[in-house]
Amino acid sequence: MTIELSVNGRVVSTGAEPATPLLDVLRNHLDLRGTRYGCGLEQCGSCMVLIDGKPDYACSREIGSVAGRAVTTVEGLADNGTPHPLQVAFLEEQAGQCGYCLSGILMSAKALLDRNPTPSRADIVSALDDNLCRCGAHPRIIRAVQKAAAMIRAAQTHTGAPTGAQS
Amino acid sequence: MSEPLPLSIQNNRRMDKWLRFDPDRTLHLAVGKVEIGQGVLIALSQIAAEELDIDVARVNILSGDTADAPDEGSTSSSQSIEVSGRSVRLVSAELRQRVLARLAQRLNCSPEDITVEDGAFLLDAQPTGHDYWSFASDADFAADIEGTATPKPASQYTIVGQPVPRKDLIAKVSGAAFIHDIVRPDMLHARVVRQPSRNATLTSLDEAAIRRAAHGSFKVIRLGNFAAFVSTDETVVQRAAVAALTHARWDGARTLTADQQDAAWFVGQPCDDRFVGDPVTPPGGGTVVSATYSRPYVSHAAMAPSCGLAEFRDGHLSVWSHTQGVYPLRNSIADILGLTREQVTVRHAHGAGCYGHNGADDAALDAAIIAQQLPGHCIRVQWRREEEFGYEPISTAHRTRIAVELDSAGRPIDWTTEVWAGPHVQRPIFGGVMLAHEALPNPPAPARAGDPPEANGGGGTRNGTPLYDFPHKRIVHHLSLATPIRTSSLRGLGALPNVFAMECFMDELAERAGMDPVAYRLSLLSDSRARHLIENVAARCDWANRGPVGTGKGLGLAWSRYKNKAAYACVAVELEVDRNIRLTRVWCAADAGLVINPDGAKNQLEGGIIHAASMTLKEAVTFEGSGISSLDWASYPIMTFSEVPEIFTEIVHAPDLPTLGMGECTFGPTAAAIANAVAHALGVRVRDMPLTRERIASVLAGA
Repeated sequence: MTIELSVNGRVVSTGAEPATPLLDVLRNHLDLRGTRYGCGLEQCGSCMVLIDGKPDYACSREIGSVAGRAVTTVEGLADNGTPHPLQVAFLEEQAGQCGYCLSGILMSAKALLDRNPTPSRADIVSALDDNLCRCGAHPRIIRAVQKAAAMIRAAQTHTGAPTGAQS
Repeated sequence: MSEPLPLSIQNNRRMDKWLRFDPDRTLHLAVGKVEIGQGVLIALSQIAAEELDIDVARVNILSGDTADAPDEGSTSSSQSIEVSGRSVRLVSAELRQRVLARLAQRLNCSPEDITVEDGAFLLDAQPTGHDYWSFASDADFAADIEGTATPKPASQYTIVGQPVPRKDLIAKVSGAAFIHDIVRPDMLHARVVRQPSRNATLTSLDEAAIRRAAHGSFKVIRLGNFAAFVSTDETVVQRAAVAALTHARWDGARTLTADQQDAAWFVGQPCDDRFVGDPVTPPGGGTVVSATYSRPYVSHAAMAPSCGLAEFRDGHLSVWSHTQGVYPLRNSIADILGLTREQVTVRHAHGAGCYGHNGADDAALDAAIIAQQLPGHCIRVQWRREEEFGYEPISTAHRTRIAVELDSAGRPIDWTTEVWAGPHVQRPIFGGVMLAHEALPNPPAPARAGDPPEANGGGGTRNGTPLYDFPHKRIVHHLSLATPIRTSSLRGLGALPNVFAMECFMDELAERAGMDPVAYRLSLLSDSRARHLIENVAARCDWANRGPVGTGKGLGLAWSRYKNKAAYACVAVELEVDRNIRLTRVWCAADAGLVINPDGAKNQLEGGIIHAASMTLKEAVTFEGSGISSLDWASYPIMTFSEVPEIFTEIVHAPDLPTLGMGECTFGPTAAAIANAVAHALGVRVRDMPLTRERIASVLAGA
């Protein structure tokens, strides 16, 4: 029995049994190792991915439950080799120390910016509160998300695309 | 240059152990210190690029490799830039000197006439046609390092002192980047069935039940009381390991009790008493006051449970680890497995921030033990979350009592810091034991309680001697010989609990003397670098208008010089207390002499503040049954995004003074500044960490 799903815009199929954690399928079957194991308990956010655009824990989602769904991982952030503004901003701000939490944080931040292009500091910390960072890089991470939001808005203004700004 | 060569060079004298010019116009720099998230590799690259005058982008750094990089011990104690940085500077300056001396001979000029521009040599500003890659010879690399070359003066720096971005973060925001992500040929996944404690015997392992739960096939490795599951399928061994928690029976496991969690438990237990400082003076008739402070056992709580890879092929064991010290780990593994040191190679691979001695080395030993049983495979051991919280060597609980005799103006004339704590360092080279070794058929003798010597900053005694101008000061250290659980190093060792105690007590003494805490400190402190930082932070946080005590809003300040010889830091914390403590703003100033990479340094200052705040407000390991019961992030909460304050850091530039390690300098001051701010907000003093809602309520109830 195979399960089909979309990962980073590509349809993939896996022979993993339905109860296999999505995390294990991503890392060991699909060789996408940017999604990380931290606790397996939905407590740290290291394994955060987007499922149909919403942040979710890959450690506890069974692969059978995401059949036919669209999964986005950190490897899917870049667009044809062009880094996502969040990745650019995180590097410009050097927003990390050990970096283990970053791929999960980037996914939570992407979900935030996709629905709210003008987040306040309170919006950002609220969106990232399911992600732990032990090194204390939080201030830089918050700054980087603000910067990425500004970069996205500027690019949209430049191309004349609607900004979809929310209050 | 009468200063002795740094230990790193003394132990690795050949130039080619450190530096090599590669044909693609890059510089290969090999170092023994490793990246644990602190940005050390870019800082060391900057130092080499500066001395050799090459673009820092040309530096490829190899760190932590027993086959190909120098032995620099462990990456710990804020020593990487002080020791390794000084070594890289001397080595690079000497290579430049050697090459330019030969070139000068060839060109019949003086070496001073030659300048270097991104590795190319110019004479009177004209190209010579030579560069490092074409002109450096084998002889330049074969000779021992003398350490006699004169490095550049700081005034000529163009690379050192710049915020050069790290190279390693690119992979970390893109995909695979860590030891956990390494894939090797013939790789098998493994999980270990953990022995609950030393001397516990595995009496039965219900393999049939475990196989039913695992939904797949796996091999069982048994060696004495060491058991592991190995499979091509990671999901299967993970399930097997979880099932084994209920299907393995152990006899003879220890029992831990909740009262052992508290630092107060150490009082009256067997201990090794040590004395540091001035002899006890007869009482001078002044008022004697004392107070006792404590910090519980705390966990490193790395984001990633530890991971180790090992493969045994053709009689050689190759190990990958996120250890802080590849050479010490190689020696331990070789000794435990009955191999020669030449038969074992340990290579560093990036892990999550460790902040000290966590499960990294133990996971590597797990993998090595299994690999020796299954030659020809790479064994990847991934610890589970509960395993990391439950079995890593945690940081000891620590009790500090300060007793002083005051003169008539309320100033200490005699100061005693008395410490009760378990060992703050138990790496194998300091008498500690590795976890799985105790489960093998011939377990080692029990760990010996020990602590680093005073010359290295001490352990329980670290920062126990105040730097204030008190006439008589001393430390009495009761090093526990009966610590109920394995403990080892965590960021700053005893510095955090001791600075917490000392800087809280200074506030209490100021109140007693009827003085403002900042003015009181300055009246007792002649160290000009410290005074400058305190005045800087007091001005920036508007200390002069901090308002009355007991309004629910607090502002507190504290400072220290890490190890009394590394970087200085002063921290002020603003907070509000209603049902919980909410940190709002933090100001920090630090003086670390010459700063190699100011952005990396600021990152370390901020990280230390948040880590210390998390520890001060939230963290405590709990015991139950045979071990630790705080095994997840719900029972061991740390600071979250919504709890992090705004932080304003400032580095006081002192480029002509030697670089001082700064990874740990904000740690103690932050803890004390929080408690001082809580006292200012509430008018009561909480002396035991963590400062939870329950603890504050109980202190208020007793006030």
